[in-house]
Amino acid sequence: MTTPLLRLSQIKKSFGAVKALKGVSFELHPGEVHALLGENGAGKSTLIKVITGAHTPDGGTLEIAGTLVDNLTPTRAHELGISCIYQQPALFPDLTVAENIGLRLEAGGMFSKIDWKQRRLNADALLSRIGAAIDPEAPVKTLSMPEQQLVEIACALGTGAKTVIMDEPTASLTRSEQELLFSVVRDLRASGAGVIYISHRLEEIFALADRVTVLRDGESISTRSVRSEEGTMELSEEELIRLMVGREVASIYPPRVGATGETVLEMENVQCAAGRVHDISLSVRAGEILGLAGLVGAGRTELARVLFGITPADSGTIRVHGKKAEIKSPKDAVSLGIGYVPEDRRRHGVILQMPIAENMSMAVHSKLFPSTWLDFEKERKLGVRFIEELGIKAYGPEAPGGSLSGGNQQKVSLARWLATEPKLLILDEPTQGVDVGAKSEIHRIIRELASKGLAVIMISSDLPEILGMSDRIAVMREGRIVETMEGSSASAQSVMSAALRSA
Amino acid sequence: MNKYFRELSVAAALGILLCVLAVYAPHFYEPQPLLSRLTAQAPTLVLTLGISMVMITRQIDISIGSQFGLCAVIAGLVSAGGYGFPTAIVSAIGAGAFMGAINGWLVAWMRLPSIVVTLATMVTWAEVLRLFQQGKFINLPSGVQWFGFSQFSGQVFLITLGVCLVAFLAHILKTRTGGRHIYAVGCDAEAARLSGIRPNHVTFGVFVLMGCLAGLAAVLNLVQSPQVDPKCGTGLELKAIAAAVVGGIAVNGGRGTLWGAFVGLLLLATINPALTFLHVEAYWEKAIQGLVILLAVIADGIRSRHNTL
Repeated sequence: MTTPLLRLSQIKKSFGAVKALKGVSFELHPGEVHALLGENGAGKSTLIKVITGAHTPDGGTLEIAGTLVDNLTPTRAHELGISCIYQQPALFPDLTVAENIGLRLEAGGMFSKIDWKQRRLNADALLSRIGAAIDPEAPVKTLSMPEQQLVEIACALGTGAKTVIMDEPTASLTRSEQELLFSVVRDLRASGAGVIYISHRLEEIFALADRVTVLRDGESISTRSVRSEEGTMELSEEELIRLMVGREVASIYPPRVGATGETVLEMENVQCAAGRVHDISLSVRAGEILGLAGLVGAGRTELARVLFGITPADSGTIRVHGKKAEIKSPKDAVSLGIGYVPEDRRRHGVILQMPIAENMSMAVHSKLFPSTWLDFEKERKLGVRFIEELGIKAYGPEAPGGSLSGGNQQKVSLARWLATEPKLLILDEPTQGVDVGAKSEIHRIIRELASKGLAVIMISSDLPEILGMSDRIAVMREGRIVETMEGSSASAQSVMSAALRSA
Repeated sequence: MNKYFRELSVAAALGILLCVLAVYAPHFYEPQPLLSRLTAQAPTLVLTLGISMVMITRQIDISIGSQFGLCAVIAGLVSAGGYGFPTAIVSAIGAGAFMGAINGWLVAWMRLPSIVVTLATMVTWAEVLRLFQQGKFINLPSGVQWFGFSQFSGQVFLITLGVCLVAFLAHILKTRTGGRHIYAVGCDAEAARLSGIRPNHVTFGVFVLMGCLAGLAAVLNLVQSPQVDPKCGTGLELKAIAAAVVGGIAVNGGRGTLWGAFVGLLLLATINPALTFLHVEAYWEKAIQGLVILLAVIADGIRSRHNTL
């Protein structure tokens, strides 16, 4: 057996209280395509960052080509032949392809002379090696996304990388571009390099990978060969999905109350090219929690943005309470009784400098202060009311948003929309980055709201949360709703396979 | 810590400076020169109020000096042409509003950075004025100076007007939803938009208001002399921005009060004569002013870093 290019054993990494990696072991051999598979948040990106030296692990050992390495830095990883191609290529858009390649590959000080001819020849040679028909003199910004990825791969080849990491390289590629990429990956393998391949598309993994390691909740669950020596398949899709989800949904979720009311929202063939959502037909009833499941990038947030008028729909009909509605801006959405608690509360949810009472009144200015004079007493009462109702831990309504913990900020963000007395509330990852206690409290609040007759659309990447909270589940993939199921009959298995499988 | 700690510390600095002057240079407090010095700051004060609101929305307007000059010349020509002083006032404010609307449109709807937009309009208006007026002064008809009052009453009137305007705008900013929207947009325009506030409208409105205030400031300057100098606006934008920064208006938006900016202007305006009265060599003037501005920026930098941790 040859020395592995990379051997990780029991790698651990925590961020504050969050254990991102709880013990991951992984090996990469020369001439191997090794796929990394796992749900959102299973620890794939953290693991990649450990291998590229961006994160220092808290525990475990890392061997590169048989030698133990500690204190790996990105520069050191680069020198040791580790190269990573990200989903979003990290190139300089205004420089040409040759210049970008030159910047990566050429040594030399700040004032050393540049051999333009040589630089061009190098770029040409590298690009033709991977079969890419790209003009080295073209500025990178004129290239398509797959072409940029090919440039990245050319850079990796040029540095003589032994280990190439590809993070969802096909996410934005068309079929034929995928084929080109696959042949480049196979060439890499034939030349003796090791490729770590991350993808959510199972068919790619079966087409390319020699072995698969499944990560779940920060642990490496299992490493399997895809094919036997003779080339027969040793692994099935069902088995992979089972390995990925493989856990029971904890029964800590509040019980469903049933009894739903009239239909609040109906969407028919809604389309938005800019938001990359296609042909959405969906309805939500009063008192119902509709879980929107899918992988990151499946178009769930984009759908929410269409509904809230941030990127308005191009075509299709949206009906609110049976009436046809034009939602062209968030203002329209608010007046129709739609509330949206965005995903990134740190950036666009709570305004950190503002007191929480002011944060909560922001969406109800015209209702609370019809004369346009601010009524500080009313505002304070609103603050006090929601602090009590939602159990927000703060020293008072005048506490700045930034002084609160993540879970409590999320509650403030929620309060802002509850103050509008919405008919439909869209929650985008309501418990992301929130500690366990606050999480179950937020779950309880959401269920209570629904039982009071609110229609809720909940986007979540947390599979147990989707299964535990939703009355119905709509699964999205590539901007479409691919399956809708009853919450009570759905299983982790069925949701995951709908989210993963290609049509 | 007190919510107005930043404003109060500037006020304290001003207080100390005034005490030092009271002890070492009591001549500083001679009524007539003091009144004249304060009156001379009234136009800058009005500009400072405007730029403070622009900065709270996380924008900047460096064309206000040029706007001021153009408005002054328009008002001067209108009153010299015999159309009456009230018409002159209205046309100055109207011209300001128009120039502000151009800035506001380019920034809010074309999504261009305000520093570049207002740099362009700053140069444009200055050149328009130069071509049109060729540096000639305009003689004003009698009755315009000091609004036709005596010099003393005119000066008292200007100062009162300035202080009332601070109080009025500060009150509006604090107690009307529009004022809250200005702060919200400056803190986080996207969060404001998601809450149903229209950041474009707010930004546009603030630029128009800035223009109106530039027109008003030009009028308040015009009445202080018998002639209009077409170059009267040169460099005023920097004075106004400096006053706002010293007074605690955050350069990155969302924080600060108009009273703070008012105190900031008073501090900067006091430093120059104070140095003269304390017999410090005139060379130090600018350096010390620069130092005060730098201190203010450093204080804000430390504060915001402290807050994000």
